[in-house]
Amino acid sequence: MAFASIFVPNFLLQAVVRAGPAIGKRALVLIEGNPPLCSVVAVSEKATQMGIEIGMTKTDAEQFAGVEIRSRSPAQGKIAHAVLLDIGWSVSPRIEDTAQDAIVLDLSGLTSLFGAEKDITTHLVERAAACGLRVNVATAVNIDTALIAARGFTGITIISPGEESQYLGELPISALSPSDETAEILNRWGVATCADLARLPILDLSERLGQEGVRLHALAQGASERSLVIAEPAHSFEEEMELDDAVEELDPLSFLLGRMLDQLCVRLTARALGAAAIRVRFELQPSFENAVDIREAFPTQRRPSLYEKEIQLPVPARDSKMLLKLLRLRLQLNPPGAPIQKITLAAEAARPRATQGGLFLPSFPDPEKLELTIARIAHVVGEGNVGSPSLTDTYRPGEFQMRRFLTPQEASKTSGDSKSVRHAAEQRASSKVSTSFRVFRPAMPAQLDLQAGCPTRVAFQGLRGDVIAVSGPWRTSGDWWREDPWQQDEWDLEIHFHDSPVGRDRSAHLQPNSGIFRFYYDSLRRGWFVRGVYD
Amino acid sequence: MSSKTSALRLQVESALARRGGLAARVASPFQYRDQPIVETALTGVPPIDLLTGGLPRGSLTEIYGPPCSGRTSLLVSALAMRTAASEVCALVDARDAFDPHSAEAAGVRLQQLLWVRCRNVDQALRATDLLVQGGGFGLIALDLGDTPAREVRYVPLQVWFRFRRAVEHTPTIFLVVEQESNAKTCASLVLGLHAQETRWTQTAGSAGGNSLRHSPGCLLDSWKSRAEIIRSRAKRENLWVREPNEICADACDDGTEFDTTAVWGGVRKR
Repeated sequence: MAFASIFVPNFLLQAVVRAGPAIGKRALVLIEGNPPLCSVVAVSEKATQMGIEIGMTKTDAEQFAGVEIRSRSPAQGKIAHAVLLDIGWSVSPRIEDTAQDAIVLDLSGLTSLFGAEKDITTHLVERAAACGLRVNVATAVNIDTALIAARGFTGITIISPGEESQYLGELPISALSPSDETAEILNRWGVATCADLARLPILDLSERLGQEGVRLHALAQGASERSLVIAEPAHSFEEEMELDDAVEELDPLSFLLGRMLDQLCVRLTARALGAAAIRVRFELQPSFENAVDIREAFPTQRRPSLYEKEIQLPVPARDSKMLLKLLRLRLQLNPPGAPIQKITLAAEAARPRATQGGLFLPSFPDPEKLELTIARIAHVVGEGNVGSPSLTDTYRPGEFQMRRFLTPQEASKTSGDSKSVRHAAEQRASSKVSTSFRVFRPAMPAQLDLQAGCPTRVAFQGLRGDVIAVSGPWRTSGDWWREDPWQQDEWDLEIHFHDSPVGRDRSAHLQPNSGIFRFYYDSLRRGWFVRGVYD
Repeated sequence: MSSKTSALRLQVESALARRGGLAARVASPFQYRDQPIVETALTGVPPIDLLTGGLPRGSLTEIYGPPCSGRTSLLVSALAMRTAASEVCALVDARDAFDPHSAEAAGVRLQQLLWVRCRNVDQALRATDLLVQGGGFGLIALDLGDTPAREVRYVPLQVWFRFRRAVEHTPTIFLVVEQESNAKTCASLVLGLHAQETRWTQTAGSAGGNSLRHSPGCLLDSWKSRAEIIRSRAKRENLWVREPNEICADACDDGTEFDTTAVWGGVRKR
């Protein structure tokens, strides 16, 4: 049984640089604390070369020219830690969440999947690099040795059984994380390295340092044994970015969203998952009118307003380019309306759908391509004007709702043939073709002449005609308990038109001499309307 | 083919082959090529299917006629047949005239229908372009039935050509419903429709001698429409074309009649 430990050196700095790779090339310093007592908690290599040290005050750090000073971001640290866990879970199902900057993986049974330990560690380093983290990886037969080696050595370290003390011997005592008191005692004794500590007799060490001494002795020899504390796999995938300058235009925003989506998709791919939904949240720069309460004597700190959008996907996807296109189309339809100062992107993870096409099955649109096509169409015609019609449970004439268009696989799970569809299937079997109707939306106002309660002449939309056949009236009413009841008398009228109003048009011969229309008298609005035509 | 013609053909082909380059790609321009077999799909209207052999896949089909000629009934019947075959269909509705109630009564599975509700021809054409380029649909219908003919005439021919090229070599049926034929040679099948006779039921208490037919319980029963092939590439004879809009009522090999029945219609027990 072997264990691998992944350690992220200078974790706080890497968490910030991961969100904005461009700042990694500069001399970067992270500060923390309440002003004026801010102190430096992390420094980049360039800043170290300039002479900046951890513990310095912000004022001292500002004396150095060309230094970028940022505040420590707990949110970005949390996201970087989540990324580290994802890297671990992408390889092994059993990992321990040891610290914010270190995890341990159980490598049992993975050689058949990933190869030898060297291949596994190389894979881990590459995957971490793809996620924007530079890591140290070490393997050993016990957990603590792997952890200490990952913290102490840069790059990949593979410790074979029996070589633990040899590798750990050259590391300083601080690699074992002793308490301050114990460290001072060991320092006074001249014990500087793990090899020095390992050579000390265990009984004498336990008499002077107690149980901690015994523990440190075992660690130094690479002989400590303990079990892995398995961490529960997390299912939240979130990326966050705080912007120095608020972004207003869609193009630069798309660039940032694309980068965040790339990171999200890499993490999802590492876990063999897809995004079933994408949630985007923007913190907007508050406008002056909204931020200041004129009733207050002293305006409080401006509270940013939020913009939230959720995109549900028909099938789990992890194509960052497709997701970016969808996001862009939605943002073009409903722009935020104010400059954006913080972006949070979250993906709802789900297992990717595996479907197998058949040779003799009808072809279906590709779900991801279809979703993009529907989004583009919605951009042209409006969001509520594309989808599947669905009849509602009401007798109100012409009532329906537009639903999201489902892929055929999803539709087949949820649909059951309605009674009318079955009736129509029987009718088709008997070679009958049903009459269809074309609706006028909105209904056209009409003028009708009545004799003995029966329409005889009609006029609407510039057309005039005589009624030659009548069916009706058929009264419908309902929803009297609501604020919008209806009461209509419907008539089917066959009309012979006098003369086409477009008689001069060369297509006048195409105008019908007669037609069958549905008229209705709206008792509540007290008017006649044309609902549509049979065609 | 005569010997002189054969010799001439051989001479041209060998000259092209010797020339090389682009010319070599057409080394046998006079070689007879078999017509590809066009797959068709039934409309669900037996007389129309008998007349045309069905709607051709990978092609543009036009159905035109004045209002109340049965165009929409034919369109909905085709949608019903495709959705019953578990195919996904799309309807681009230029004037938002589609009625889901009568469509479902006719057998259309609405959850397999993508309905795009447009406000004008421009939106309809853009949406159609996105759908035909996306592909995967069994039937894409562009309903310009309520759009004034003068507006549709302004659609450039290359638009129809682009649509036809997009669906070529795919199993998609591209169907256009309009008031007059506009796609010209881009359409593989052009059907012209016009209404003929309307039938009403007259139950007890029929009207008197006046011309206005009305009685309590009078219902629309059915009507008859006539369909004629104006153009069809699938004809065994040479490509056969008539002048569009010349629909005659005379009996003709390329015409047929079909009945559409109201949902509540049918034989009633007396």
